[in-house]
Amino acid sequence: MRIQVNGSWREVPSAALAAALNDLGYGDALVTTALNGEFVASEARVRTLLADGDRLEILAPMQGG
Amino acid sequence: MLELYDTALSSRLLLGTARYPSPAVLTAAVRAARAQVVTVSLRRESAGERAGQGFWSLVRELGVRVLPNTAGCHSVKEAVTTAHMAREVFATPWIKLEVIGEDDTLQPDVFGLTEAAGILCAEGFQVFPYTTEDLVVAERLLEAGCRVLMPWGAPIGSGRGLNNLYGLRALRAHFPAVPLIIDAGLGVPSHAAQALELGFDAVLINTAVAQARDPVQMAAAFAQAVEAGAAACAAGPIEARDLASPSTPVIGTAFRG
Repeated sequence: MRIQVNGSWREVPSAALAAALNDLGYGDALVTTALNGEFVASEARVRTLLADGDRLEILAPMQGG
Repeated sequence: MLELYDTALSSRLLLGTARYPSPAVLTAAVRAARAQVVTVSLRRESAGERAGQGFWSLVRELGVRVLPNTAGCHSVKEAVTTAHMAREVFATPWIKLEVIGEDDTLQPDVFGLTEAAGILCAEGFQVFPYTTEDLVVAERLLEAGCRVLMPWGAPIGSGRGLNNLYGLRALRAHFPAVPLIIDAGLGVPSHAAQALELGFDAVLINTAVAQARDPVQMAAAFAQAVEAGAAACAAGPIEARDLASPSTPVIGTAFRG
């Protein structure tokens, strides 16, 4: 399916968010996710299913003031 | 000793981690500042570069507490979602809540701020709201459950110092028991010393250190200024007056009468 990942359209084979993160190359990276503007906790990724057109945000620690 | 949400800290200088020339300089600046709390943020992570992973290992090695922010959020919804994401990644209930209302000054949207603060405090977050010196907004934030306030000194990154001295003094006087941290707008160590002399509990500095020609030396200078300001406040500064008051005793002055 095609979803927006961090603002760019990507083709993702897996339906579950946890598997999609693997597909996208995040593997064991420390990231946090939001789907269509809603936070998805890491423990909920396995049961969270993606749909065509979804907007997925994958964030990680960054410098800040 | 500074107490923020039941966490005791000996340092009154909180340091931002952005805009340093290199990770090594950031590390050295945090040490030179003797900071015990650093602010961090969340940004989109690229699977290829994984920049965030490297940054997070660096921060963990510093052995300091982190205060995640919601920088860049312009709505209650964005700020609340970002706070949830930050709590998961950084494993802390602390959140520096920023809801920006205006892009030229990065002035807080105090209406969105109080609403988001209410939501997050009810969910168990320990909220550090980035606010203005407005007394009524401060009152609303405390009612929402905030136990620390972070009024701005001046717009973020402006280096102007304490822009509204009257307003900040009034805020300090009105909330004598609430930890108040001057966040944003300080440019040089004397601004930080002034904040502490006025009775503010701490300052949060980023650009003034990170963008100095020598950030490490500037971090040390801010640390000294903060210590001096806190000591001066504890020592009880004299009141300023308009006319002279002789310091040398006038009784027994020669050649008079």
